[in-house]
Amino acid sequence: MSATATTPGVGRVGDSVPRLDGPPKVKGEFAYASDLQAAGMLWGHTLRSPHPHARIVEIDVSAALTMSGVHAVLTHDDVPGQKTYGLEFADQPVLAHDRVRYFGEAVALVAAEHPEQARRAAEAIRVVYEELPVVSDMERATEMEPLHPERPTMGHGYRDDPRPNVVRHMVIRHGDPDAQGDVSVTGVYEVGIQDQAFLGPESGLAVPDGEGGVDIYVATQWLHVDRDQVAPCLGLDPEQVRIHLAGVGGAFGGREDLSMQIHGALLALHTSRPVKIVYNREESFVGHIHRHPARMWCEHRATRDGRLVNVRMRILLDGGAYASSSTAVASNAASFAVGPYRVDNALIEATAVYTNNPPCGAMRGFGAVQTCFAAEAQMDLLAAELGIDPVDLRLLNALAPGDVLPTGQVVEGSCPVAETIRAAAAIPVPPAEELPRDPIRLPGGAGNTTRGEGVRRGVGFAVGFKNICYSEGFDDSCAARVVLRADGSAEVHCAAAEVGQGVTGVILQVARTELGTDAVTLMPHTTSTVGSAGSASASRMTWMAAGAVRDACRAALEQRERSGGGEVDVERVHRHPRTTPLDPESGQVTGERAHVAFACAAMRVVAEVDVELGLTRVVWVGTAQDVGRAINPIALEGQIEGGTAQGIGLALMEEIQTRDGRITNASFTDYLIPTALDMPPVESVLVEVPEPAAPYGAKGVGEPPTVVSTAAVAAALRAATGKPLRRVPVRPDEIVGLALS
Amino acid sequence: MKIALTVNGECRETEAWGGESLLYVLRERLGLLGSKNACEQGECGSCSVLLDGVLVCACLVLGAQADGHVVTTVEGLADGDRLHRVQEAYVQAGAVQCGFCTPGLVVATVDLLESNPSPSDDEIREALSGNLCRCTGYAKIFDAVHRAAMS
Amino acid sequence: MDVVTPRTLDEALCLKAELPQARFLQGGTDVLVELNFDRSRPPALVNLNEVAELRGWSRENGALLLGAGLTYAEAMRGALADEMPALAEASRTVGSPQIRNRGTIGGNLGTASPAGDALPPLLAEGAVVLVASVRGERRIPLDAFLVGVKRNVLEPDEIIVSVRVEPSRAPQTFMKVGPRNAMVISVCSLALHADLARGELRAAFGSAAPTVRLVSAPLDARESFPDLVAGAASPIDDVRGTAAYRRHALRVLAGRALERCLA
Repeated sequence: MSATATTPGVGRVGDSVPRLDGPPKVKGEFAYASDLQAAGMLWGHTLRSPHPHARIVEIDVSAALTMSGVHAVLTHDDVPGQKTYGLEFADQPVLAHDRVRYFGEAVALVAAEHPEQARRAAEAIRVVYEELPVVSDMERATEMEPLHPERPTMGHGYRDDPRPNVVRHMVIRHGDPDAQGDVSVTGVYEVGIQDQAFLGPESGLAVPDGEGGVDIYVATQWLHVDRDQVAPCLGLDPEQVRIHLAGVGGAFGGREDLSMQIHGALLALHTSRPVKIVYNREESFVGHIHRHPARMWCEHRATRDGRLVNVRMRILLDGGAYASSSTAVASNAASFAVGPYRVDNALIEATAVYTNNPPCGAMRGFGAVQTCFAAEAQMDLLAAELGIDPVDLRLLNALAPGDVLPTGQVVEGSCPVAETIRAAAAIPVPPAEELPRDPIRLPGGAGNTTRGEGVRRGVGFAVGFKNICYSEGFDDSCAARVVLRADGSAEVHCAAAEVGQGVTGVILQVARTELGTDAVTLMPHTTSTVGSAGSASASRMTWMAAGAVRDACRAALEQRERSGGGEVDVERVHRHPRTTPLDPESGQVTGERAHVAFACAAMRVVAEVDVELGLTRVVWVGTAQDVGRAINPIALEGQIEGGTAQGIGLALMEEIQTRDGRITNASFTDYLIPTALDMPPVESVLVEVPEPAAPYGAKGVGEPPTVVSTAAVAAALRAATGKPLRRVPVRPDEIVGLALS
Repeated sequence: MKIALTVNGECRETEAWGGESLLYVLRERLGLLGSKNACEQGECGSCSVLLDGVLVCACLVLGAQADGHVVTTVEGLADGDRLHRVQEAYVQAGAVQCGFCTPGLVVATVDLLESNPSPSDDEIREALSGNLCRCTGYAKIFDAVHRAAMS
Repeated sequence: MDVVTPRTLDEALCLKAELPQARFLQGGTDVLVELNFDRSRPPALVNLNEVAELRGWSRENGALLLGAGLTYAEAMRGALADEMPALAEASRTVGSPQIRNRGTIGGNLGTASPAGDALPPLLAEGAVVLVASVRGERRIPLDAFLVGVKRNVLEPDEIIVSVRVEPSRAPQTFMKVGPRNAMVISVCSLALHADLARGELRAAFGSAAPTVRLVSAPLDARESFPDLVAGAASPIDDVRGTAAYRRHALRVLAGRALERCLA
């Protein structure tokens, strides 16, 4: 997409700016990946495994090849280069070879003239499977046969765990892990598998360039890392593979891993025709990674007056069949397990395992969502045990600059935890609504199940905490290129993926601010004109793109000054303060920091629960978020509201269900996300304490609202029901007392 | 088979395979890509169009069922570069993020305001409950509907 | 795959006789999902949208004839909603506005899912299904028409024409349990009619047995009625809910429905 800034006088850093891609999007003219077309285009289709674990005995494509309209049928044998790929370890086959490890794993590809021909041909491919025992229980995974006998995750600097099926095992030992307090609370908590459920299913168009290379137009979060995974599998040099960002219909972490990129390119190169692959909703659910389900065993010890003494937590994460970003998710879960609280002693253990369940990887909140749910429930238990107000208990323990994290890292820069808690607590809670009401304003909504019978109101409070930018020594950078024309106008190139979050606006606001002109054009996002921007994830894109564009603009102005006019063309790479890995044995920092910066969010939730039917309605949300500095307040509010909705979804209804590794609800009929009748009004307050290390002081804002909202909703439901509710999504059965919680 | 229909005031005719939905016909046969395919099972509203003035999910209408009928899609709302007041309100209110749900929501909002020019909050929520949005949490969408109703 | 569009009921009946394997569709809200997800590839599709005789509703000697093509949106409003308030309430719980504009009563009967939202209020009102073929017409009481999960007694050459109801005008209500506040397939549902004139309580529930099921008792059996309803269920565990929860919820719904109708 290219965009031109024309509105004079607005659109600088700090202004609320309407999206530039707003008009084409409301008109239906914006080209999403699934909207792309090319002359002579074929439709690609992926044949997927019906088994979660099986040996492939034989694949016979001969019948499919002769079918009408079919131009190619490809299997593992047709992958010309490296046979596997992956974000952190190349453990996932491009197409399954000797065995399949999850339900829905890609086995073969078809290209045909009409999608129906492609489907029929895929049906005609004969695959003989020999089913294998399914590793579906994450607690037993380390006792089962290894799913990856070649152990792809060993020798990468993490703690090498000898047990089978361990993707990463890490331990954070802080102070005296046996330190006792006056009181102790314990609990076991569980989080189900959440899905990103973006509205625009995976899709893309691969176009052969006629010289052996390929252009891939795709909805993704990180163009350059896609290229770096795709090229080796195609047996091509990176320059022969050009990735161009097509319109992205939401991402939330689910587009960090590859989907159709290699598959489309294989078909395009094989047929010498453009090939488009569009997943349907069912395929999208089985075809991408999910949020890790987790089980967490917790013990919090504190003094009589409420100071945390020791936090002990064991975290188990089911990574599913392939590693994806499980190692980093495990580290994040452990690093943020305590929440934004000061504690001198801690013992945190996190293990991510391989199973035959759906693969899990990045989703908004990245490990911190799961542990926030557990840790905040523990803080409420502690408050109740001590007879201290839950907000006061959190304030008493609130982390501040100068404090030491369980990893040994000293908190620097912006970390206004107490301010954020106070700001959220100060938002007035609306009074209870009168009865009678239209049933759609009651738990059960349109189902007309109550006129007020059984309805109890509860108020919950929680605080969430997460890192901003990549961590643990990852060389995180973002490039931007600025071309100043002689007429004073400017072109900006940056490969930062616009996934709906609004980074395009940030880039333009920064360029206008730095260059002092509105005549700024953002050029298409592509790997062919500019270096890597890194990923639109980890709440890092605003920080990194703002930094890169600012640096490039300033360098361009200087260069023009020096050269006395004329056209200048400058590329700059922005890096945040360096991080170093955690010690594999102690989980302690090996340098100044393992994480770059932190953001927290505090939230109060009012919920109504029909305690006889177990149905719920979130009535109101009041939240404060530590944002550093707001670059575009209206977009920022949108992130808070949308992020909150996803956390509410996890608390109340969103779960990928499996039976022996098979997904049983791969549809929007049975994987439910909040509707307009499920979302409460959200009052948000921005706490602006600029982050000194960040360009303009701005922290990312995408994740903290999601991290905190699940915990806050669960707290409100506990207040309304008096039940412990240790698992999300909370099932009606648990509220009405039919299931053990 | 042949299908002839009026789309956004224009008579269009196309060949189609019998199993194609109206959504497929609009998008792939007629090049009207504004209606989005997000679930193909009537659960998300991203493909909402007006069929003879009635709000429907184009994915759940057989292409052949639209033969001889009148369809309005999101592309039929703006007057050239001049946005429909609902479209303008969505842009100004910040109701668009990734935007994949937006065309369907815009059509559903136009339909709502046609029958109810000043809807209450509850009426807006119920009327838009068939249109899923994953990015915005709906708040700014409700703002946009109020804004459009007042404009 | 051919699509045929008859213009009259006679034409449709001839097609049904000629093409017993064809899939007939009205609103399409069930059939299109099967087609879109490659679950069904019938040799032909017959589009009933243009058959005027199947549309809307009419009165006949004090009874109501609801056309197979009557949409939920139509059942939610006007004089029909006054005559059949539980059906109107049930219709409001169906899917989304878009689905209610297309989905039809006939479709609910044809699909015969135990989760069909229109079925409990129709069953509680003693509805009779009118079906036709080139051989003639049949009138089948709804409880005999539905015989299993997604199974009815329609012969291969028959079409559902309408549903005949003699409205009881009894105090009545419909409730549906789902884990989300809009757009859900019912975990369980209940229509209750407190028929004071006949001294009878009638409840019909959905999604808690292979078909929607009717339970009736004398008015004075009010106290035990919720247990009677729950006991009549034979629910299963599935992705939408557990059997134990369904039984529990039916008991709660029945108690509340009695309060609502007899207050």
